[in-house]
Amino acid sequence: MDMSTTGVRPARTSLLRSPALGSTLPWVLLTVIAVTLPLFAGGYWGVIATRACVYWVLVAGLNLLVGFAGQLAIGWVALLTVGAYVTSVLAAGNVMPALDPYLALAIAGVAGAIFGVIVGLPALRLRTFYYAITTLGFATIVRQIVLAWASVTGGGVGVPGPIFHPPFDSPWGFYYLCLIFAAVCTWMTANIAGSRFGRALTALRDAEVAAEASGIAKSKLLMVVFLFSGATAAIAGGLFASLQSYITPDAFTTELSVLFFIGVLIGGRGSIIGPLLGTILLTVLPEFAAPLVAWSTFLYAVLLLVIVLAIPGGIAELIDFKNRRPLQSNRAIVPRPDLLKRLLTQDTEPGRLTLEQVALSFGGVRAIDGLDLTIIPGQVHGLIGPNGSGKTTTLNVISGYYTPQGGVAKLDGVVLTELAHHARAHMRIARTFQTPRIVGEASVLENVMIGGTIDGRGTFVESLLSLPRHHKDEKMLRESAMLALSAVGLEQLAGVRADRLQHSELRFIEIARALMLRPAFLLLDEPAAGLSAEEIRRLGALVVAISQAGTGVLLVEHHADLIFDICHHVTVLNLGKMLAAGTPAEIRSHREVVNAYLGG
Amino acid sequence: MVLSIVLSGLAIGCIYALIGIAYNVMYSASRVFSFTAGTLGMAGGILGSLFILKMGLPSWSGFILALAGGAMLGVVTEIVAVRPVLKSLDQHLYVLSTLALALIVQQFAAIEWGTDAQPFPRIFNLERNNFDQQFWLPMLACVVTIVGLEVLYRRTLIGHAFLAIAEDNYAARALGLPERNLRMTSYALAGVIGALAGFAGGQMMLAFFDNATQLTFYGFVPVALGGMGNNRGAVVAGIVLGLFQQAANFLVGGVFASVAVFAAFILVLLARPEGLANVALGRRV
Repeated sequence: MDMSTTGVRPARTSLLRSPALGSTLPWVLLTVIAVTLPLFAGGYWGVIATRACVYWVLVAGLNLLVGFAGQLAIGWVALLTVGAYVTSVLAAGNVMPALDPYLALAIAGVAGAIFGVIVGLPALRLRTFYYAITTLGFATIVRQIVLAWASVTGGGVGVPGPIFHPPFDSPWGFYYLCLIFAAVCTWMTANIAGSRFGRALTALRDAEVAAEASGIAKSKLLMVVFLFSGATAAIAGGLFASLQSYITPDAFTTELSVLFFIGVLIGGRGSIIGPLLGTILLTVLPEFAAPLVAWSTFLYAVLLLVIVLAIPGGIAELIDFKNRRPLQSNRAIVPRPDLLKRLLTQDTEPGRLTLEQVALSFGGVRAIDGLDLTIIPGQVHGLIGPNGSGKTTTLNVISGYYTPQGGVAKLDGVVLTELAHHARAHMRIARTFQTPRIVGEASVLENVMIGGTIDGRGTFVESLLSLPRHHKDEKMLRESAMLALSAVGLEQLAGVRADRLQHSELRFIEIARALMLRPAFLLLDEPAAGLSAEEIRRLGALVVAISQAGTGVLLVEHHADLIFDICHHVTVLNLGKMLAAGTPAEIRSHREVVNAYLGG
Repeated sequence: MVLSIVLSGLAIGCIYALIGIAYNVMYSASRVFSFTAGTLGMAGGILGSLFILKMGLPSWSGFILALAGGAMLGVVTEIVAVRPVLKSLDQHLYVLSTLALALIVQQFAAIEWGTDAQPFPRIFNLERNNFDQQFWLPMLACVVTIVGLEVLYRRTLIGHAFLAIAEDNYAARALGLPERNLRMTSYALAGVIGALAGFAGGQMMLAFFDNATQLTFYGFVPVALGGMGNNRGAVVAGIVLGLFQQAANFLVGGVFASVAVFAAFILVLLARPEGLANVALGRRV
């Protein structure tokens, strides 16, 4: 491998395709079948195909929530109900003069977006089981309200669904209308999946703390996704009402909700093609086994159990042949510190990061007790001490996971402790973690690109519609990520799923991700843990080069040799207090440090 | 009228509380909330009706068989839906696996038992001033369960072992406690409590497959409000919920009652995600 003369080796394009889309072949097949369906299928299959399209319009949006963001929204049928009734009631003219069905559908979309946010709000505070049961509650409530509000919704009697104008009034015409909606939803969600927003969602799902450290604002991003998923679900509801031609509350069962949810999970998290195939499968399956129709939900549930227990990756993993190829086993991490200068271009000269008299106790334990610390740009500051001496706690105070009871952490006069977690990334403070926080299902390159999320300029809508700024962002992020990967020596693994890597490689991925922020300050939490002697030596050279590029590094480590080799300044903690501070040479000969920690 | 509101509110509140306790017993043993909690209640009602009305068994044997069925369901939950996903607790796969199992059982009941609510037998023929069996049986079941659990946890060795597992799983295992067996026993116990709730509330809620969904939700409200793992909190919150729901039902009608309960649930959770009774959140980094 000739890496000494060339710059960054251009990665093969196939590596850079979004894995969310998978390979091309299934897409071509699906498109051909969908477009030519009327040529070879009977009218009955047309209805089934229409239903699959309608379901997919909902599931596509839900997929961003469940498959990407990991929100367990099992009651999404509530949104279908809202959309179906808003469209039907407005088109039928129950409350006001009848509206054009397309206008009614559009209004339903807006209503769905608003209601999506309402259902979504609890997700900001409630997790997993709590949130799942909350969405289930929403679904029940919506159904009860529809049933009770008979003057508008027709109550248990129901209301006729909208009829769309020609050419979409015939069964096949309506099929094509739904197919258009389904195709547009597929395109839009695929755009998001392949954008910094899609990566940020998976980061929030699998490595929330790392996502926040990269500057991803969870609440803002989730709300946008809830808006989108609510809108698509409500539009699916309008189409569903038209397909059913008459709707009653009985049509919107928990079973239907579960079908949508299971469709995503059978397909696989973080994929578009998987959930699409999953939805088609679940829609079509009962048709092949007519006697089993009553058992369909039972079968879906069995399928879900089997998927969860046996193939958590779902269909997407089954058809992901690329990541089954064995990786080279004797690979080495060879960082190229010379590339850092191209990556770490500082906009402005940062000030110093200071901790003044920081104190924090947990119950009766004083974790940090009046700590002063100054990190200077361009220098490596070592933080050592026995276990429980407050090293990681200090890092967590700077990152904002603990609020100190006394003292402040400041950068350029800004008091860090008052900022939200994710705001630190905007101050160009990056960090790594004791246990690497990585999105295992995403590629190495995508993991690194997450680090640069805040440098994108395009909005969610621009990514949704694949507008020029989206492409510019992607190109920029991809190039810097390849550069960062080359700098830490992992560029040949760019396209590999991150969970296939070794532990030491994950540590270097975290550093690459942190470098994407062009950090003014980099906090490294035991980066050498679990590395071989040779890897530690290379890590040391890399950290030195990072500091030489102008970054202030705070290094928490247990490997004393590494600390003494590369640090400009060392602070020794013991029981939350500063035991000693000075140059490595001074610390090495400090009597108390030798007694308490280094051993003499 | 006030009396009947209070009576039915207390009774239904006790059923919710019992389901909440079933949630808690499973949670304490495994740090997992299981969607099957409401299914256990459904099973108690349907099995009771099946054994006593359909098969004509004597009440006491039908009762014992229904509880045994609940225990079996609990053990199956542990083996099928909980144990395989415990090693990756952080991925929250248990939400999906227990949801799947709950659906499987509920759908099986819907198909084999039917989707109509069917009558539940009267067990005792004592009645005084409208204080009917449908009211006092859930209350009795709740009191017996609470007292039984207190005795179990405080007075018996196996109860201490349960507490040890709940308090610190690793330490308990390091002490040599048979963690897996204790967990299975806990799930069996939760199954019995859930089935007892369904059986005691049979006359009120009937033998109906959809009780599973209802109880899964309304049984979780006391857990969320009372604090997870906190049985006394669950009982208090369950009874308050029952009274509130019945009062709203009588005063403003069913839909508004549901909306009110749901709104209160959401608001309290948003204000105090860890429940009204203490408990700090875990460390993130």
